[in-house]
Amino acid sequence: MEGMTIIVKKTTQLIAGMIFMYGIYVIAHGHLTPGGGFAGGVIIAGAFILITLAFGSDFFKLVKEEMGTTMVESIATIIVVLIGSAGFLLGTKIFFNNYLPKGIVGDLVSAGTLPLYNIFVGMEVAASIFIIFLSLIIFKEESLK
Amino acid sequence: MIAYILCFILFLVGLYGAVTQRNLVKIAISLSVMEFSTFLFFALLGYIDGGVAPIVNPAEPARIYVDPLPQALVLTAIVIGLATTALLMAVIIRLYRKYGTFDIREMKNLRG
Amino acid sequence: MPLFVVTPLAATFLIMIVGRFVKDFNKYYTSLTLLFLVIISFSCLFNIGENVDVYKVGGWQPINKIPIGIYMVMDGFSAIVVCIINLIGFLVAIYSISYIKRYTSENYFYALFCLMIAGMNGVVLSGDLFNIFVFLEISVISAYSLVAFGVEKNELEASFKYQVLGSIASFLILFGIGFIYWKTKTLNIADIREAFKTGYDKSFYLFVQLLILSGFGLKAAIMPFHAWLPDAHSSAPSPISAMLSGVFIKAVGIYVIIRLFFNMFVITESMAILITTLGTLSMVIGVFLAIGQWDIKRLLAYHSISQMGYVMLSIGIGMILISRGVKQEVAALAIAGGIFHLINHAAFKGLLFLNAGAIEYTIGTRNLKEMGGLAKSMPATSATSFVASMSISGIPPFNGFFSKLIIIVAAITAKFYLLAALAVIVSIITLASFLKFQRYAFYDKSDEDKRPEAKEVPYPMIFSMIVLSIVCLLLSLLAVPVVRDAVLTPAINILMDPLKYSSQIIGL
Repeated sequence: MEGMTIIVKKTTQLIAGMIFMYGIYVIAHGHLTPGGGFAGGVIIAGAFILITLAFGSDFFKLVKEEMGTTMVESIATIIVVLIGSAGFLLGTKIFFNNYLPKGIVGDLVSAGTLPLYNIFVGMEVAASIFIIFLSLIIFKEESLK
Repeated sequence: MIAYILCFILFLVGLYGAVTQRNLVKIAISLSVMEFSTFLFFALLGYIDGGVAPIVNPAEPARIYVDPLPQALVLTAIVIGLATTALLMAVIIRLYRKYGTFDIREMKNLRG
Repeated sequence: MPLFVVTPLAATFLIMIVGRFVKDFNKYYTSLTLLFLVIISFSCLFNIGENVDVYKVGGWQPINKIPIGIYMVMDGFSAIVVCIINLIGFLVAIYSISYIKRYTSENYFYALFCLMIAGMNGVVLSGDLFNIFVFLEISVISAYSLVAFGVEKNELEASFKYQVLGSIASFLILFGIGFIYWKTKTLNIADIREAFKTGYDKSFYLFVQLLILSGFGLKAAIMPFHAWLPDAHSSAPSPISAMLSGVFIKAVGIYVIIRLFFNMFVITESMAILITTLGTLSMVIGVFLAIGQWDIKRLLAYHSISQMGYVMLSIGIGMILISRGVKQEVAALAIAGGIFHLINHAAFKGLLFLNAGAIEYTIGTRNLKEMGGLAKSMPATSATSFVASMSISGIPPFNGFFSKLIIIVAAITAKFYLLAALAVIVSIITLASFLKFQRYAFYDKSDEDKRPEAKEVPYPMIFSMIVLSIVCLLLSLLAVPVVRDAVLTPAINILMDPLKYSSQIIGL
């Protein structure tokens, strides 16, 4: 698919990075403020989608990108499952047990495993929403051919 | 109370759309309307007048918080709804490529 | 107990990662995972007895006897359903090793298959209303995509129909859950039961019950909501049809209806009569719609509706008797018949769909008119499908006979003579329609020259079919009192006595 005009491209260059950083901020503070893995992941995916829409991409590159993103998604999910299962192996032998030290309420590094879940759920959500977008575009490109 | 009734009316609007529309994409949109009326209903369930977001602040402990559980439920349901809608759109695009139309009356291979 | 969910869930994503680099990893890993699950599910079934196992996810203990956190509950009834899911799932996974070779992207097939198993196990083991919804959606979404797996016109159309109706059902269920949470401020099934016992608004209660019944009824395809089932089940790849028809509509439909109406709601007579009526309607209309079909898988799908009607009917009779407070032992008998038939249906309907898949695999058509004389060229398929057909139509040494007998006896002793007569008539029509299936598919020799080329299917497929037909024969043993006491009675007791369920979970 084609890219857009120079104005859109320039604006995208300026703000895409900020959107990405904001997504990371929302994910990192997921256990302190409203938001968290899902909301932050959607924001990060938004940055990627914006870049793809503005700059365009040819068909083969899209397919390659989709495969890579699928891998990221699967790996992130399996890490979430592993963190959950780690509670079964450590501590009280119960799944999703919060076995790490809790820290002080309000600190960035606190609440045990929750930030870890947030980070990997954020990766997973960003990857999967980007996959949905990519596969819909790939469908469209295929049907145009 | 009026808000709850409006929620239900929105749900019925979505249902009406899903039943009467003939365009595949419009059916998908109607389903989304139903979905979001349900989410709105859940969000209203947890609302308490004068409540604040349920983030515990050790400095001032005694405040009225809204019920956090429906919010968690809505977040989960939104994720599920996203997956359903995405899958539905993928199937619609595939159907469009096979039939060349969005009209549901043209698709009647399966009868009987 | 959470292993039932975690193992297949991990398998899904491992297959997506490792399956891309290692050839044949997907099929063997799926089979191994499910074999493991079969072993632990059967050990659970034999150990559970009358107990109720409660697992608190995350280790959140109740505060002031108010349950917080998500509970997973295993009792006699859910142990039976988990056994069915994993056993049929294991055999279907082995069957798919040969069958699914004709499709591309096997990885996605096995990943979605594992995801579906994880969702169903989660639905059955969950003790929390919203958790049931989440797992239900996991399994249903993978079912949507598996129905559309062939990406041809029919598959996509069936999947679209299924998705629209399924989404409406999900929203009805979600609305019902919202109303229940509004009134009771809890989501734990046992806790909701306690809240409902203290008193409730009658019209509100009826409204919630109708929302839940229509939502899960749509998923279970009982009569007024059955439109999606024949399309979806006949369009899916055959192993998935066996899964959908044999297990899926039970685990996410009938199981949840039984669980919620017995263990969560207080049984009212009007609801019991409604369930019985719906069961009878789907039993009768399903079989009449099935007669005219010439597509094997459509025929089998309509029979699924009819056989689910039997289950609903007997459960409904049990509910009527419980709500009237008379003849509790007859109610127990009716519920036993229902659960027994549910188990049997999983075995023989799974087997029949695998047979249909074998026929389609060999001669490439599903139309009965284009078959004939397959008995000589496909002896294993023919023999196993004979067993399954006789089971479903209720011929004595096979399992279907005993469960139908129990249902009919229960209906007669409860003085529902009309229902008993209808059950017998439907059984006879089922026999007729399966005789037609047998004759046209396997024995018809009228047009020798036009007979299609056929040879026996590969060994993994034969293995699954033979194991399932042995299961069909073995299940007749459940009618023997000793075996019945060990397997069925705990399930019936837990359903008959909701107090036991809730008291063991929230520890009152």
